[in-house]
Amino acid sequence: MRARILTACVALAAAFAASTPALAEGDGLRMIPAPAHRLDDASLQRGARDFVNYCMGCHSAKYMRYNRLTEIGLTEDQIKNNLMFGDAKIGDTMTIAMSPVEAKGWFGNAPPDLSVIARVRGNEWLYNYLLGFYRDDKSATGWNNLVFHNVGMPHVLWQLQGTRVLKETEFEEYPKAVAAAIAARTLTSLEQAPGGKYVLTTLEMQTPGTMNEQEYGEFAADLVNYLDFIAEPAKNQRIRLGMLVVLFLGVLFILAYLTKRDYWSELH
Amino acid sequence: MSKLLAWIDDRFPLTELWESQWGKYIAPKNFNFWYYFGSLAAFVLVLQIVTGIFLTMNYKPDATKAFDSVEYIMRDVPWGWLIRYMHSTGASMFFVVVYLHMFRGLMYGSYRKPRELIWIFGCFIYLALMAEAFFGYLLPWGQMSYWGAQVIVNLFSSIPLIGPDLALWIRGDYTISDVTLNRFFAFHVIALPLVLLGLVAAHLMALHEVGSNNPDGVDVKHQPIDPKTGLPLDGIYSHPYYTIKDIVGVIGFLIVFSLVVFFLPEMGGYFLEANNFVPANPLQTPVHIAPVWYFTPYYAMLRAVPSFLGTQVWGVLVMGASVLIFFALPWLDRGKVKSIRYRGTLYKTWLTIFVVCFLILGYLGVVPVTVWGQFSDGFPFYGADKATVVSRVLTVFYFLFFLLMPWYTVRDKTKPEPTRVTWK
Repeated sequence: MRARILTACVALAAAFAASTPALAEGDGLRMIPAPAHRLDDASLQRGARDFVNYCMGCHSAKYMRYNRLTEIGLTEDQIKNNLMFGDAKIGDTMTIAMSPVEAKGWFGNAPPDLSVIARVRGNEWLYNYLLGFYRDDKSATGWNNLVFHNVGMPHVLWQLQGTRVLKETEFEEYPKAVAAAIAARTLTSLEQAPGGKYVLTTLEMQTPGTMNEQEYGEFAADLVNYLDFIAEPAKNQRIRLGMLVVLFLGVLFILAYLTKRDYWSELH
Repeated sequence: MSKLLAWIDDRFPLTELWESQWGKYIAPKNFNFWYYFGSLAAFVLVLQIVTGIFLTMNYKPDATKAFDSVEYIMRDVPWGWLIRYMHSTGASMFFVVVYLHMFRGLMYGSYRKPRELIWIFGCFIYLALMAEAFFGYLLPWGQMSYWGAQVIVNLFSSIPLIGPDLALWIRGDYTISDVTLNRFFAFHVIALPLVLLGLVAAHLMALHEVGSNNPDGVDVKHQPIDPKTGLPLDGIYSHPYYTIKDIVGVIGFLIVFSLVVFFLPEMGGYFLEANNFVPANPLQTPVHIAPVWYFTPYYAMLRAVPSFLGTQVWGVLVMGASVLIFFALPWLDRGKVKSIRYRGTLYKTWLTIFVVCFLILGYLGVVPVTVWGQFSDGFPFYGADKATVVSRVLTVFYFLFFLLMPWYTVRDKTKPEPTRVTWK
């Protein structure tokens, strides 16, 4: 009986092991971490400026009030004079004039509100998305994105980043492909091609923009940092308060435990 | 003060209630770590009700405003973010605490005679809690709220004959809509909290009637009286001993709770799902719909059961049975002893199998069925998703834990139960 169970287990394990390697081998997108940091006010302020100038033509942040930007070190006058262009009041939210219905007609999809986008996509995704645009003559806008395939948004930052095109390199062996992906130190995509080869996709500069690669990377990082801030403006307060709360509870725990030990010492 | 108390006692059994339910309730002195989770569950219930009241003051149960009002709470309501995180974390922690509480019951046989009714009330609490969590999850009106509700309500439409009408009746509409949101709100903030409070009261009254079980399964209530204390040999008053001990437990719990609330409120997408920060869109089905983690073992079973005879109702039946089978536990267990300390290898093995099944099924319910790929040629399961096959095997073992219990608990080589508790 025992032997039969053992045989069955071994057979099952073998069935598992012998299965096709499936997708595990070509592991798709290899994103690089976003260098954003939530306490870097200078970066947040640059991000706010860039958001207002480059993103708010199409994207609103309708839950974000202008006056909350005081929390990243700006005064209300600075906000009014530099970041607000219409007749909005300081307590208003960051809405835009473009109507979603018209936008849908123009882009196929209304550009999403970006108030909580960082909580949906995560910083890493957003950062790589901003780095991931390339020229694609087959798409309606002439642009495509390595992170978000067939995205409706054209590369509005192309003047800064420059135009880039896809570059595909074939590898016979998986370890070499991975090594090349790591060595690229940027956003890549690694797929298994038919015939057992591995295709590493990178983006190659066609026409340089006004910024070099490092400057554009920092620009994207500032924007992501800002998006992360508006997704949860209370985050810094939350973490600061959390340390105090846990510290307080820790002390309370010790006192309560000593009291408990005292009471229970009467029992035998 | 004592005059006031006497005045009240003449008119209302205040002292009697306090003493019978807690103050002079005699509890075994050997409760261990696992016995914190009952009082913690009560604590979380209060926490959810209190934070819920404050959320209700600012939340709008309206399909066009619900999502906005939650963000309003997160940003513009003073301390709104804290209250909301406490409530969302509390929901998950409620299940953590309740699952550990139930596992305690399984380990020490707390459902055995004469505590069958305590167990049954507890099962009803578990059911009510699942319903409460399900209704509440629709309220933020995000994509996961919406499509999760859509999937669960659609389960009812697989019931033969009445299914489609039943689903329509639950939703009040042909899809999840504003009507559904309003009624789910009513259930979440009024109906189910009332049911829960009533059941918890019954659960506690039944417990205080028959007395608590303990890790040794010793019947403390009927022990001889110790002449020194006037109490059963291994009994102590709940107050002050368990009052202070449970306070330590609550503070310990609050430390863990605060670590989540303040540092990991999304808990890596398990307590607050990323997709739920996208407003509900009836025209866009998410690629991957997974329920919140506490439902995933059952969801995995639902997906594991194939449809046959042209209906998918079997998965729904299996899922329902997997929850309802807990009710039968007091009559399935025929062991000579209650506690795992005196059970034999058979029960210990089966309990381990059960826990492993529950955990792996919970994992499989979170991930897509393709997670482990397919079986390749030359094997009997050719082309089948590995995860599906594993889920089926685990589902079978989940049920075998219950269905074979009348046999393996009898055959088990148990050790004799002591007459006194082991302590210190």
